[in-house]
Amino acid sequence: MKISELPGDEDSGVTCRTYVFQNESHTLGNALKCIINKYEDVQFCGYTVPHPAESKMHFRIQTHETPTLEVLKRGLKDLQKVCDHTIDLFEKEVKDFSKA
Amino acid sequence: MPKLEEKPKVLLEEFRVKNAPDDYGMADEKWSFKKFSKNFRIVIVRMDSSEMEFDLIGIQPAFSNAFRRLMLSEVPSMAIEKVMIKNNTSIIQDEVLAHRLGLIPLKADPRLFEYRPEDATEGTEFDTLEFSLKIKCTMNKSQPKDSFRTEDLYENHSVYSSAIKWQPIGNQASVHKEADIGPVHSDILISKMRPGHELDLHLVAVKGIGKDHAKFSPVATASYRLLPEITLTREVKGNEATLLQSCFSPGVIGLDTDGKAYVRNARYDSCSRNVYRYDAIKDAVILSRIRDHFIFNVESVGAMTPNIIFVEAVKILRDKCKSLLDELNSF
Repeated sequence: MKISELPGDEDSGVTCRTYVFQNESHTLGNALKCIINKYEDVQFCGYTVPHPAESKMHFRIQTHETPTLEVLKRGLKDLQKVCDHTIDLFEKEVKDFSKA
Repeated sequence: MPKLEEKPKVLLEEFRVKNAPDDYGMADEKWSFKKFSKNFRIVIVRMDSSEMEFDLIGIQPAFSNAFRRLMLSEVPSMAIEKVMIKNNTSIIQDEVLAHRLGLIPLKADPRLFEYRPEDATEGTEFDTLEFSLKIKCTMNKSQPKDSFRTEDLYENHSVYSSAIKWQPIGNQASVHKEADIGPVHSDILISKMRPGHELDLHLVAVKGIGKDHAKFSPVATASYRLLPEITLTREVKGNEATLLQSCFSPGVIGLDTDGKAYVRNARYDSCSRNVYRYDAIKDAVILSRIRDHFIFNVESVGAMTPNIIFVEAVKILRDKCKSLLDELNSF
């Protein structure tokens, strides 16, 4: 499994969690954090790579009401959309450039 | 909140770098994909098979940095990973030779190959390329009498990457063309030898990523910088104008027929703050950079063209999101 939850937040409901991503680092962490921080209802979102020698990334989300899992899923979906849009736009520009 | 000027800027002042006073760092606005896709533009400035310059405009630094990081360390390429040394009587040690061979860029397109499974001991035709390097240095029988150059005295005295010969396995010979597989450059010096020295090596190349070893990175460089902007606040003429011109990179400041300075092309300015050394002209310029205008420079090593490398990088991020989403849905 690539994602797991850090223990300790079970008593505080679904609105705060720290997820642990295996084999991920700043590349995904920062981009995802950047999107999720712009959502309504998100109180805090941040990430850390606890140790450079361990390839894992801790991703913390705190919200007022929305379950963090929903927020995380929405973030990933939006990031995916950004990527798709970038690919389409880039390929179109490359095509236009090589034509000219 | 005051209305943000169209282009968010960082000001390069004499002793500090400052955000524009009405600039809240794009962090306050709420996320909307519609808004993103409306503002986001890509402009291709320069492109050939090995180098490319393009602009990403209106994008978050987190995204552009992710793309850069992906190109450097997560887009795969093929490289020599294992070297079986049957014979090496040259001066260069086995391990040093193996390392040198690993760094030779290969033309093989990584998209046509798979990663070799971690537990696999034998490679298959889908995940492995095999090469051989068999060369022996001898005296040159037909050497010119009065020449003492090593190239004339000995045969095969320098071993170049052109000596690496592809050994197709399985069906590879019919799937790939020989011209698309071997080293990108034929003139990379691997070793120098003397008569009696001999190399007999078996090379195994696999697909890998730059995170594992820099030799797998498909780019020589992939970097971005922010678009510089220079504004002249007053008229600068005569000697002052020439002085101003000399403070910037060539071609940045132009002089018109009256000897008046104007900003010709700020794009290729190095953004040095030389102007601030001269009291006479330092009040005449505002140096700044556009905070959401990223100028990317991508230089390929040779296996894939830079535009493909960028697209592959973005695809990797997209696929990452996709696989994580799939996993979260079964949480």
